[in-house]
Amino acid sequence: MTALNAATVGIVEPISPLPTLAPAPPSLDVESREWLQDLHAKDATRDEAITRLHALLLRAARFEVARRRPALPHLRGDELEDIATEAADDALMSVLRRLDDFRGASRFTTWAYKFALLEAAVKLRKRSWQGREVPLEPASWSLFSSAGLEPDAEAEQSELLRTLQSAIAEVLTPHQRRVLVALALNDVPIDVLAERLNTNRGALYKTVHDARRKLRNHLQGRGLALDIWLEEKR
Amino acid sequence: MTERPDLKQTLGRLLGPAEPEVGCDECFDQLDRYVELELAGKDADAAIPGLRAHLDGCPACREEHESLRALVGDEKLL
Repeated sequence: MTALNAATVGIVEPISPLPTLAPAPPSLDVESREWLQDLHAKDATRDEAITRLHALLLRAARFEVARRRPALPHLRGDELEDIATEAADDALMSVLRRLDDFRGASRFTTWAYKFALLEAAVKLRKRSWQGREVPLEPASWSLFSSAGLEPDAEAEQSELLRTLQSAIAEVLTPHQRRVLVALALNDVPIDVLAERLNTNRGALYKTVHDARRKLRNHLQGRGLALDIWLEEKR
Repeated sequence: MTERPDLKQTLGRLLGPAEPEVGCDECFDQLDRYVELELAGKDADAAIPGLRAHLDGCPACREEHESLRALVGDEKLL
């Protein structure tokens, strides 16, 4: 299971015994090499390294919580700190489990940070949608104002919207439709939808990707110039 | 030019990037390298094709990219 899947579906596997250290890539920087050596040590050095790693991950998780705090006014400070701590705990398990995946493509700390940021972000998205209904039906299409458009452009916009609405209804499978509508039209976070549908982010995004390809092909097959609308070239 | 922010934004979310893109798992695997290349002023998009398009198409991965870039960028300033 990938870290992304684990974070998305909330499953954390137990830490397995760490295998023998593989030879470090020659490009590894000194600090990263020391992290790996310490985390693979057999004595108290490893315990001390794990403590330092947890502190590093907690700092990253708190960083993510602080970035999102303005959007979470309903959460108290101690609740946010609990989320940061849980994120750091889960990220620590992910990092230790995947230690041999680290190949020195970045500094070790940058590699480790992303696990804590992911865990914190997923927990905060889920928390902010806790108890809320996930809308799976299309929101109103009337939000697209045609004010200020030339008559030709207004007619083009109307045709595009009509074609798009019918494509979503007729070209997509029911699963593709509800996933795309929830994520793209109703702003449901992908991790929240993954949890509700008992799947993971990667699988949902593949569904979105396939649905988008279908819609693009359908619209282009009807001669609609998407670039004009997407890039605002006129 | 006529402003159509709602339509443009929603079309972008519905239709996604036109370019080939990596998936969420591959994005996560490459994100640390991508961010360090960006912060070093290197051509991260050339080094890791398809990741930028994915960030354009996936709001969750985009947020995590922004956070990692901000966190590592802050560290470099210390």
